[in-house]
Amino acid sequence: MSLDAVPLLLALVGLALYVVLGGADFGAGFWQLLARGRERGAAVREHAHAAMAPVWEANHVWLIFVLVVMWTCYPVAFGSIVSTLAVPLFIAAIGIIFRGTAYALRAGTTRAREQRAVDTVFGVSSVLTPFALGTVVGAIADQAVPVGNAAGNLWTSWTGALPLTIGVLAVALGAYLAAVYLAADAVRRDAPELESAFRWRALAAGVLAGALAVAGLLVVRSEARGLFDDLVGEALPALIVSGTAGVGTLALVWRRRYEPARYSAAVAVAAVVAGWAIAQQPVLLPGLTVSEAAAGDDTLIAVLVSVGAGALLLAPSLVFLFTLTLRGRLSYEESDAAGAPTTPVGPAHALSAARSGLLARVALACLILTLGFLTLADAGWAHAVGVVTLLAAVVTGFRAALPVDEPAGSD
Amino acid sequence: MGPHDGIVAAGRCGRAAARLCVGGHAASIVAGDTIEAVHAVLAAALAPVQQEYLLEARQMQAMSFAAHIPLVCFGVAFPALVVFVDWLSLRTGDPVHRTLARRWTRVMVALFAVGVVTGTILSFELGMLWPDFMATFGSVFGLAFALEGFSFFLEAIFIAIYVYGWDRLSPRVHLLCGLPIVATGLTGSAMVIAVNGWMNHPQGFRLAADGSVTDVQPWSALFGNSFFWHELVHMYVAAYIVVGFVLAGIYAWGKLRHGRWGRYERTALALPLTVAALAAPAQLLVGDWAAREVANLQPVKLAAFEGLQQTTSGASEHIGGWYHEDTGEVTGGIAIPDLLSLLAYHDPNATVRGLDSVPPDERPGAINVIRFAFQAMVGIGTLLAAVGVVVLWVRWRRKRLPLSRWFYRVLVVCGPLSVVALLCGWVVTEVGRQPWVVYDVMRTEQAVTSADGIPVGYATLALVYLGLAGAVWWILRRLARAPVGGARDPQPTGAAAGETP
Repeated sequence: MSLDAVPLLLALVGLALYVVLGGADFGAGFWQLLARGRERGAAVREHAHAAMAPVWEANHVWLIFVLVVMWTCYPVAFGSIVSTLAVPLFIAAIGIIFRGTAYALRAGTTRAREQRAVDTVFGVSSVLTPFALGTVVGAIADQAVPVGNAAGNLWTSWTGALPLTIGVLAVALGAYLAAVYLAADAVRRDAPELESAFRWRALAAGVLAGALAVAGLLVVRSEARGLFDDLVGEALPALIVSGTAGVGTLALVWRRRYEPARYSAAVAVAAVVAGWAIAQQPVLLPGLTVSEAAAGDDTLIAVLVSVGAGALLLAPSLVFLFTLTLRGRLSYEESDAAGAPTTPVGPAHALSAARSGLLARVALACLILTLGFLTLADAGWAHAVGVVTLLAAVVTGFRAALPVDEPAGSD
Repeated sequence: MGPHDGIVAAGRCGRAAARLCVGGHAASIVAGDTIEAVHAVLAAALAPVQQEYLLEARQMQAMSFAAHIPLVCFGVAFPALVVFVDWLSLRTGDPVHRTLARRWTRVMVALFAVGVVTGTILSFELGMLWPDFMATFGSVFGLAFALEGFSFFLEAIFIAIYVYGWDRLSPRVHLLCGLPIVATGLTGSAMVIAVNGWMNHPQGFRLAADGSVTDVQPWSALFGNSFFWHELVHMYVAAYIVVGFVLAGIYAWGKLRHGRWGRYERTALALPLTVAALAAPAQLLVGDWAAREVANLQPVKLAAFEGLQQTTSGASEHIGGWYHEDTGEVTGGIAIPDLLSLLAYHDPNATVRGLDSVPPDERPGAINVIRFAFQAMVGIGTLLAAVGVVVLWVRWRRKRLPLSRWFYRVLVVCGPLSVVALLCGWVVTEVGRQPWVVYDVMRTEQAVTSADGIPVGYATLALVYLGLAGAVWWILRRLARAPVGGARDPQPTGAAAGETP
């Protein structure tokens, strides 16, 4: 594989992870929206929220990752796609605002009515956003995005049969993934009613998503024959993997083996993304191959180095987060230890004001140095020293002026 | 259909107002059919177009930015305060510190969620509103956003662990999980500012005759850039000032209006105020440094700060006054002779370049907007620094906060003022860079989308942001009203307890 395609591969991995992780997050909102019944509905909504709240931000970042890799490594393609598909992307953006805000607001709800309103906003935007993003992918697959500044039609580019089908499929896949994950989480939380509720949802959504995927194939056949030929040609292994994993997941969910079902469901969905990528390459946009769209080698290498270095930090952090989540160590429920006073690790006198006179003088000295290096001097190195002395002045000054126990004063 | 047909079809020569025209380049392609030539045509395919609503596009971007940047301050500086108070509570075992850390954490996570989504909108808008900017220069500056993406990733991961791990992780592990949030707040904002520094002082690429970039060196473009450092330090210090004064202002309001002045409130006011009291005077020095860098690297922008029409030796500084576009003079206000030369170049007789050193169409249009934003920023910054010095003086002499009610009234005002100064600072640097999106390289009208419907998008987003502002107001009031120090307080989600299964 040439260097030109490597960042695209990373972006696709990011997209697959976004679909598998972020998609489930949208799906949780979908189930919140459909939840009916006063008591049971509230329980379903609460469960869906609680499972996703600790991980939604991290899941969301995969979208940002895809965007930044695309605009850095394939800038012309990115500019063309985003300007032509501005409408669905704007809809997705609005949906993202509502979703994030709903997460923030739910923390403040005290009454059932408020919570229900917040959940409804969250649910509607959780359907709208993946649908809009799905139409974007569908429009690219449909070859409906020409190269150029908003060169394609703002509306017809993403309202063809194929983009709309992919939009609906995106919603269905998210709902399916979410139901599988939430059933598994319900087992972990020892909530048999929720487990059975999400088990049925997982089975129904799985069958529906599978049917939609097959229908999607037929739409591709009639709308984009070239892509279809590649899908059932080069990309056939991916489709087979997807189908097998999908059927396998249904069987696992049926037999209540949710933990392996989590992973097989994810594989089934990720394989759809892989199949699309294999079928569409080497063309990115009409008349634009991946290598033609790629930025210069220096940029691609810089991005690959950054992603490699970033992955070294990111991978263990993500593993840490998901391990804690899957073990139920991150939770919205208060543990019994809450409110219990912690034992002081160190004596408070370490923070006493005894040395603050000396520290204040050090801070003042650093400030005077800063005046010399940052303000009077003109050389770059002097400014660097000046910034360091300024920060030193602020930090020592903070330590000197630290109000550990503020007196009440006259009021 | 070969690639070139597609490209030519995509060209919009008919509508292009531009120096770049696709048709002309298609000929050169046929002559020398290389990948480079393809790139040149691709860049030209995204050539400038006519956009009736350029100003609305700029305003839409500015609005989105203005909504996001105060939240950035809370992403950068607030975690440091929260983690510090968390550390204090471990050191002292004081329930006040513990409660404070937990309650601030709830606020932090709510604001972080809103910051995540408003930041996402900005990255969408970069492509939706300015596709030619992204298409032409994405390969130069995009690297910083990739690195920012990783920062943001780690921040999101550890903020989740920190928020949802209270009492479930050991206190030390929990505290350690707070440190990456503080670090990534710095690195993430540094990466975005590297892009802004590059837009103000572009380097690390060559521009081919057809307008495409070649010979891209992303590392030196972004991080070997002399415009990066002062912007970073200026913004970083600003974040601490904003968070410090906003928090202090809120608790000062509680004291004045509701008489809330227990140990908890005193600590909650004194800690952020101490941070702001130190950061605000420091910002005067950083701001002075930043202005001198602008004088050296973007003299036209400096001239816009002042409304200095003609290149002048011994230029005076005008405080207040109004710039008249037709005469190029500033009337009214107080002129202090030689001060501008002295401040910008440390020499009262130094020559300061005026706006007339560049053709009229390369000058920022809205001189008075830039002037007043600049003067508001400097004026507010000086006021905040003065408040900071008073706080530190009283702390040093009397070991306490000032007692006067007037002091607390001033604090209430300082919070919003610090946000105003922050926004003014960004108006100064962004409007002051006009008409360029990439200084001296690409004009803003060459970057904008050719799509229709900008006013519709602008109006929609404005409504959404109004709702968002209301929502943030509501949640902050709710979080503030939750009782202090109850056994089950605070709950990370505060869910309606009766409804949980």
